Amino acid sequence: MAQVSLKKLVKSYGAVQVVQGIDLDVADGEFIALVGPSGCGKSTTLRMIAGLESISDGAVEIGGTVVNDLPPRDRNISMVFQSYALYPHMTVRENMGFSLKIAKQPQSEIDRQVNEASAILGLEALMDRRPAQLSGGQRQRVAMGRAIVRHPEVFLFDEPLSNLDAKLRTQMRTEIKKLHAKVQSTVIYVTHDQVEAMTLADRIVIMRDGHIEQVGTPDEVFKRPASRFVAGFIGSPPMNIEEATIRDGQMVFRNGDSLPLPAQFAGAVTESQKVVFGLRPDDIFPSGHGLSSGGAGMIHEAELPVSITEPLGNETLVFVEFAGREWVSRMLNPHALRPGERIAMSFDFSQAHLFSAETGKSLARPVKD
Amino acid sequence: MFRKLSPPVLLLLPALIVLTAVVLLPLLLSLYSSFTPFRLTRPATLWIWIGFRNYERILSDWVFWAAFLRTIVLLTIALNLEMLFGLGLALLVNKATRGKRVLRTIMMFPMMFSPVLVGFQFKFMFNDNVGLVNNALQSLGLTDQAIPWLIDGNLALFAIVVAEVWSSTSVFAILILAGLLAMPQEPVEASKVDGCTPWQTFRYVTLPYVMPFAYIAMTIRSLDIARAYDIVKIMTDGGPARRTELIWTLVGRTAYSDAQMGLANAMAYVSILLSILFTIYFFRKLAAARTQIGAEW
Repeated sequence: MAQVSLKKLVKSYGAVQVVQGIDLDVADGEFIALVGPSGCGKSTTLRMIAGLESISDGAVEIGGTVVNDLPPRDRNISMVFQSYALYPHMTVRENMGFSLKIAKQPQSEIDRQVNEASAILGLEALMDRRPAQLSGGQRQRVAMGRAIVRHPEVFLFDEPLSNLDAKLRTQMRTEIKKLHAKVQSTVIYVTHDQVEAMTLADRIVIMRDGHIEQVGTPDEVFKRPASRFVAGFIGSPPMNIEEATIRDGQMVFRNGDSLPLPAQFAGAVTESQKVVFGLRPDDIFPSGHGLSSGGAGMIHEAELPVSITEPLGNETLVFVEFAGREWVSRMLNPHALRPGERIAMSFDFSQAHLFSAETGKSLARPVKD
Repeated sequence: MFRKLSPPVLLLLPALIVLTAVVLLPLLLSLYSSFTPFRLTRPATLWIWIGFRNYERILSDWVFWAAFLRTIVLLTIALNLEMLFGLGLALLVNKATRGKRVLRTIMMFPMMFSPVLVGFQFKFMFNDNVGLVNNALQSLGLTDQAIPWLIDGNLALFAIVVAEVWSSTSVFAILILAGLLAMPQEPVEASKVDGCTPWQTFRYVTLPYVMPFAYIAMTIRSLDIARAYDIVKIMTDGGPARRTELIWTLVGRTAYSDAQMGLANAMAYVSILLSILFTIYFFRKLAAARTQIGAEW
């Protein structure tokens, strides 16, 4: 058990800085997800924590000790790789017991640990197979088994589920969550899949171009994204985001369409300021078919043409044309709509987001807890 | 007359005729001649059938057995040394951050020389009077006498091993390097996280992965050495006093110098068994190693 601290962590390849001075504190037993688009430096950060990548500047502390110059074997960590990285010439049992064998543990102890881990992961029937004889999901489980037998202070996961199919991914996600509940170790989990990050993590670190955009609980980053980037990255389907200019208390979009400025931002903007307006699909809905979370006065209604619908069974994604683009809305208790049909749409402004077009930062007042 | 043959047979006929003429007939003829006292100087002897007498003679001849065993010893020593040096070279080249291609090409230089030339070069280098080796040893003050490299029996075999190893280590190096380059890096990284020192990573992860490649090299090289002729012929011609005589120098001498083709053919058939056994052995090892690493090739 240990906390992990990153202090002004930098990684550069020649003149290119791929990680640009990251500060992060991970509490003991916390599940942290590093998420971001490919190339944002999240995997590099993880590999620096693991010791597989040299640190250009700054420091990594594990359990209060600076580990910059320690080889991976002395950091008391375990890592699960995207490609599983099992030893192809060893059986499942040997793969899982390998680290203990290297640590010169007695055979009885190795057997005990391996059996315990295999029971947790349901691998008992596969113990004498080699990786080549296993399916992707089974390999993934072995990789996790190999990580937990060591009882490390910190688990590092590098996109562990991205090679699995959608169904298996959901299933393994649940298993990882259960596993964390059971072993209670600190976990740092890298993924490009925001759903994985949201479902698994205690806190999410959203990275972009080598720096941190926002750190927060899933609820925080979803409800109060600190920047336009976070707003667009977190949530599926993604938030509707459109640039506008403030004129007379209205947000005027580029094609001339406009919406009234949500009341909570009245003091935050100035006349003719360029802003970015954002509203999640959940907060736009055909009137009478949504979750009304805001006060009655916060609902703005407009009649808009339907361009296309995507029925999902219990709900339908309705794309409506407004401000020169398509806005995704979520229709609960759906009924069939025809393309071209004009329907009354509700915009729940209590959930609206507004960002500065210049800096991309949120214009919402920080929430006091 | 061709009408009666079925199309498949008809279509294969040209190939069958050619193969029969250039492979099967000579093979049968040589096998037959190993049961005769055939001498090149007396063609009529080809028609005298003596049964297994040639085989009885060589199997009870210590000169043949000595050559046979010496070949196996040479094979074992040379293969192991080449394996070790080849592995070392491949690991070093694999560590190079730049110029891998150039190094790989340079590594192949020894393979570009004819074994006959290699033989001549090493014969010169190991010459006890004007050779480079003695010259170097004396200049360094390591010895003040001329060491009779190619005249002493044991030293001569050693000199031959050196020449063989020099000319063929690159076969191992190239194949093992190919294995190292194809090797996925994740298991290596996983082993580092799992607590391995660099040596343990090599021992438990890298080595098992490259072994199949080494076995391919061993199969190729075991056949090479089992039929070693040219280097030995040039450097020592089996001498001194047959102390470096190998199977094929013995077969060559018996067939052409002594003109006893029937006897030589009998020796050749016995020694081909040796090659077949080595091939089977290494292919077994290869198959085992492949299953071990779960290779899909």
